[in-house]
Amino acid sequence: MRRLLFLLPLAVFAALATWLYLGLGGDPARIPSPLVGRPAPAFAADGLATADLEGPALVNIFASWCVPCRAEHPLLAHLAEEQGVAIYGIAYKDKPEAANAFLAELGNPYRRVGFDEDGRAGVEWGVTGVPETFVLDAEGVVAFKHTGPLTPDAVRRDLMPALRR
Amino acid sequence: MTVELGHFALALALGLALLQAALPLYGAAKGRPALMDLARHTALGQFLLAAIAFGALTKAYISSDFSVAAVAQNSHSLKPLLYRLTGVWGNHEGSLLLWILILTLFGAMVAVFGGGLRKAFQARVLAVQAMIGTGFLAFTLLTSNPFARVWPPPLDGAGLNPLLQDPGLAFHPPLLYFGYVGLSVAFSFAVAALLEGRVDRAWARWVRPWTLAAWAGLTAGIALGSWWAYYELGWGGFWFWDPVENASFMPWLAATALLHSAIAAERREALRSWTVLLAIVAFSLSLLGAFLVRSGVLTSVHAFATDPERGVFILLLLGLATGGALVLYAWRAPALGTGVPFRPVSREGALLLNNLVLVTACATVLLGTLYPLFLDALDAGKVSVGPPYFTATFVPLVAPALIAMAVGPMLAWKRGDLAGALGRLWLAALGAALGAGAALAYGETLAALGLGAAAWIGLGALVEWAERLRLGRAPAGEVWRRARFMPRAAWGAGLAHLGVAIVVAGITASQCFQSELILAMKPGDSARIAGYTIRFDGAARVQGPNYRADRATLSILRDGAPAAVLAPERRFYSVERQHTTEAAIRTTFLADLYAVIGEDDAQAGRTVRLYHNPLVPWIWIGAIVMAFGALVSLSDRRLRLAAPARRRQQPATA
Repeated sequence: MRRLLFLLPLAVFAALATWLYLGLGGDPARIPSPLVGRPAPAFAADGLATADLEGPALVNIFASWCVPCRAEHPLLAHLAEEQGVAIYGIAYKDKPEAANAFLAELGNPYRRVGFDEDGRAGVEWGVTGVPETFVLDAEGVVAFKHTGPLTPDAVRRDLMPALRR
Repeated sequence: MTVELGHFALALALGLALLQAALPLYGAAKGRPALMDLARHTALGQFLLAAIAFGALTKAYISSDFSVAAVAQNSHSLKPLLYRLTGVWGNHEGSLLLWILILTLFGAMVAVFGGGLRKAFQARVLAVQAMIGTGFLAFTLLTSNPFARVWPPPLDGAGLNPLLQDPGLAFHPPLLYFGYVGLSVAFSFAVAALLEGRVDRAWARWVRPWTLAAWAGLTAGIALGSWWAYYELGWGGFWFWDPVENASFMPWLAATALLHSAIAAERREALRSWTVLLAIVAFSLSLLGAFLVRSGVLTSVHAFATDPERGVFILLLLGLATGGALVLYAWRAPALGTGVPFRPVSREGALLLNNLVLVTACATVLLGTLYPLFLDALDAGKVSVGPPYFTATFVPLVAPALIAMAVGPMLAWKRGDLAGALGRLWLAALGAALGAGAALAYGETLAALGLGAAAWIGLGALVEWAERLRLGRAPAGEVWRRARFMPRAAWGAGLAHLGVAIVVAGITASQCFQSELILAMKPGDSARIAGYTIRFDGAARVQGPNYRADRATLSILRDGAPAAVLAPERRFYSVERQHTTEAAIRTTFLADLYAVIGEDDAQAGRTVRLYHNPLVPWIWIGAIVMAFGALVSLSDRRLRLAAPARRRQQPATA
């Protein structure tokens, strides 16, 4: 029994190493969201609700404390300014002041921003983490979900086709 | 030519490391002194060769030799000399070389200062150290050669990330690596002890100075990194629970636990196999940090350009080093035996509580850091867990340790007197009540807890010194005599605890009493924050060596007249095509006024962000006090002299 106790660190490490190895997979993977193919969920964040959304558009879940959000931010700015894409932002589990400071520093690519300080809107959208980006088509139906920071590749390959559909 | 010389030196170092990993182990097993002695010479040789390689790369950076791929990708002829120099380790390849340089430096130090160690034991330690060295040298030479050439050489380099062109960050990696790599010595000691199947008091005493040195480096390195984040990233915060920050924080937590459990192992032979495990875990977490930063599994502001192939290699290294050590541990540690029993309320009990809390806290951070990776493995995408998770788990976990921190040093070994210890701490309790009361007066419950804890720990450390010196109970001459003969380790421990108190006060006050103001200002506008009036006088274009900037002038007014000027900048680095913000900070050491500017808008004016951060400088002052405490402890005579002396007295400790 005592010997087993000394094997415990090894077992924990083996599990961890396997986990890390699987994590090396590379590509930010895509899982279909149950929302895809349905209208945007009913939600109400401070400053943004379901009725405010006009497709075709992107709904971007972000937070000032999220580093990958910083990474994808220039791409959002590019989409909003140069491609004329409408983007709605939901500041997930973030203080409004902090989210505003984030936007003041990096620029605001959003048509409207909803402040979801308690994460309720995030629950409606089925957010697993930030950033996540949903594509709404012209009828306001969720056409695609991207998990993780946007990349130029993902925008070209997935987002733009879904937007134009 | 020097570049090829550097490459060649690195390859030779790998050869020496291979020799050192094998022959001394054989020698120690067969009792061949010549083979055991070999380790000391090869350790020095490795360091010399690594220094030559590092020197060669440095020369290539200083002379802007763009035929070297790493230089072309990370340097630029217009860059100031300091940043050309620090550019050597500002990228993946060069930072690995720095890692190797420090690793071989520690090997050489074990060879030089380890004269008091048993010969066979020293040979084994150096052999394990060389195994780690072999791994990193092979990794560098096979996947990340810093000396690779490009042909034709580009006309000029691609530049260094402007965020990294900063004096604070220039010295952050060397200090941090000193800490990471320093823990490798504790690891080697642990593995060598498991190979021999014995862990005695002398072992714990030998491990402590190396851990202390590494811990001081880690503490200073982490503090420098967070200071950099504070003034350079311009978010007004100092810690973001970013994966790379966590990567340095986890070894720190484990090393802190190790420092404390090694005391119990040294003084009471308690927690011995636990201490060995911690030594393995602490360095493994350093390796894990290297993996997280360099493999591209996590997104971070600090992450190096990443490559999955490198990730596999580091994971392999991690698997061999940690996996191997833990197999050895599972096999040998049960035979180490348990130490002298002790009561829950005792110095050992307090140290054990400290260890439980630190290790649990470390596990929490590990889970939070790897959770996104876990989701990734389940094909659920890359996400950031972020501060909400960490503040909800880490803070409540650490709180009991903070309260126990003042009590632990007052307890006797084996069986302590809790009531007596608490009685002697009445002054600290009074201070804690006052601190908490003051914070409550401002209506901040969390601040009351934090400031109360800070006062409790800080005064607790002072009371402990006073107790040892019999201050107020013995004549002045007696107190003075006691002060002179009090072990440096006791001074150091007190200082480190005092440093923690200062850090806790700084974090609490800056989190709970921060004022923040974001507004668009036109020249002539003024704003009020925390009792200061600040006037925006306008912004001007200025030209730096490799950037141009908008520099704003913000006057701090006192009675309507400018008393001081804040000059925040928004810089544009043309080579890298990147913007950075340079915060302007005016500190009184009790609070910082912090200003950042954003973009200019013709209609609304310029975005200006102002912060008033009370006690924020204390975070870094406290960290310096902690690191200084470690250095004071390190200078304790007992650590340097008594280990071999003890061995002579008790040859049969085993």
